[in-house]
Amino acid sequence: MSDGPVLEFERPIVELEKKISDMKDFSVGESIQLDGEIVSLQKKLEKLREEIYSNLTRWQKVQLSRHPKRPYTLDYVRMIMTDFVELHGDRGYADDPAMVGGFANLDGKPVMVVGQQKGRDTKQKLYRNFGMAHPEGYRKALRLFRLAEKFDVPIVILIDTPGAFPGIGAEERGQAEAIARTIREMFTLKVPIVVIIIGEGASGGALGIGVGDRVMMLEFSWYSVISPEGCAAILWRDNAHAPEAAEALKVVSSDLVDLEIIDTVIPEPPSGAHTDPQRAAEMVKKELVAALDELRELPVDQLLDERLQKYRVMGEYDEQ
Amino acid sequence: MEWFRKAKRGLATTEKKNIPEGLWTKCPDCGEIVYSKKMEQLLWVCPNCSYHFRISSLKYIQLLLDGGRLEEYDQDLVSRDPLKFKDSKRYPDRIKAAQQKTGKKDGVISGYGEIDGTKVSFAIMDFAFIGGSMGSVVGEKIARTIERALEAECPLIIISCSGGARMQEGILSLMQMAKTSGLLARLAEKRIPYISILINPTTAGVMASYASLGDVIIAEPGALLGFAGPRVIKQTIGQDLPEGFQSSQFFLDKGFLDSVVNRSELRETVSKLLKFMWRK
Repeated sequence: MSDGPVLEFERPIVELEKKISDMKDFSVGESIQLDGEIVSLQKKLEKLREEIYSNLTRWQKVQLSRHPKRPYTLDYVRMIMTDFVELHGDRGYADDPAMVGGFANLDGKPVMVVGQQKGRDTKQKLYRNFGMAHPEGYRKALRLFRLAEKFDVPIVILIDTPGAFPGIGAEERGQAEAIARTIREMFTLKVPIVVIIIGEGASGGALGIGVGDRVMMLEFSWYSVISPEGCAAILWRDNAHAPEAAEALKVVSSDLVDLEIIDTVIPEPPSGAHTDPQRAAEMVKKELVAALDELRELPVDQLLDERLQKYRVMGEYDEQ
Repeated sequence: MEWFRKAKRGLATTEKKNIPEGLWTKCPDCGEIVYSKKMEQLLWVCPNCSYHFRISSLKYIQLLLDGGRLEEYDQDLVSRDPLKFKDSKRYPDRIKAAQQKTGKKDGVISGYGEIDGTKVSFAIMDFAFIGGSMGSVVGEKIARTIERALEAECPLIIISCSGGARMQEGILSLMQMAKTSGLLARLAEKRIPYISILINPTTAGVMASYASLGDVIIAEPGALLGFAGPRVIKQTIGQDLPEGFQSSQFFLDKGFLDSVVNRSELRETVSKLLKFMWRK
């Protein structure tokens, strides 16, 4: 595991890793044979890792999805695509740095890639508004979707947002209208759409660019009607109950497979995408390429009918 | 000492302002006291300040549809508990309590009706049922209302009133936004008119889907409209909100409503609009 911020449940692993690395340094420096000890510690490390990561609570997974070192949208674009040309602006009001997009090549074929972007340091976080888009972000996304459709380029969407921004300007410029319209229009786009939730998928802010022919989630991402904190604040009247809310809302990738909302979970490196971004990116690329190859073969009418049908059947009720 | 007092009133919640039973009714906005029978004639709009009291779904059906007649569909749809959701209460208990309170199985009444002889596919949301929240049943009933408009080739009228998606059904509630909006795309392709009517309050998941997608969108005066609720915005930005923020008038001023229409003129306005948009 690399340097930098460490989550509470990652700590035992980080400590053991440090011990092993210290021992290696020591054995080289002092020319003492410690191979046996090192091997046994490494075995212990693997066991510990497996134990911790196969027993994560939903809330711990939510924390992993927010890990400060987790790869963001533009990291994936850089790692799996080439010739990225970023396109800006909604042609109406502004460019929203919380929503990025542009043409790129994936596996030698053109795509339009669009997604929310978070910032790494404080300055960048503010510039990206923590990945919370304003209405102009959704309008920019829709403009790029239409551009892709016009030139018959499939759309790749990477979702990573704690929510659409709730603020005065956002309301003044029609946050609800921007999201509603984008959702509706996505059902009419005559090119394949593949959606991957790579980190946080909060509510309308996520669904606002989230309608697709295939919808996938990275293993340690979450997707929900409301953030665990938001739900806790309303139903428990206290943000501190977020861990319970995460359990109750069933927000993690395996839950969404069980509920038949997403198609695929993309596995991450054993301790999360941030521990081996390159490997995470390769897995994302593999799934993306496979899905797009499949969807490119479908006639447009079938593509659109199946897209609507996919969402038409969502929901659980009884008819008495 | 004026500066010690809060000059502006916050956004008033209207949740508890049910219609009083008494002989006389006091307007919660301006304090005017009116004979209750007179209020009934005035469709529960204050004669002094035009404050719109919350009225039942049944009253909207009476004032909007010919003869107050609705050929109701899908009355038998009931919620499941797909997440086995529990906070301070179990979700099935919340549903039961809401059913007892409202006498309805969930938060939408839908079916066919007529407005000045024009057949319409109609739905109205009920705020009394868990805050008008949208779960699978609400989403499905709205979806079927849209499909009936497609099938019968008649205009669609939805009266929205909702605090948003129903948390207790988690991601399934969120997906109702996609389901309904996707069907509205089909309706738009067929050039069948959709009039969206917003009453107090319409926010969050409903506002960010079908409520905002009408060919014409009209609201009652004084309704709270928006994506995020005022409390969330206040917490996020850490400052008080301007007076009148997120009201119908605010949305009209910002360009997101076609018109703010008084309850007494609602039927006439919708009828006129239909004649312009639908000649069949």
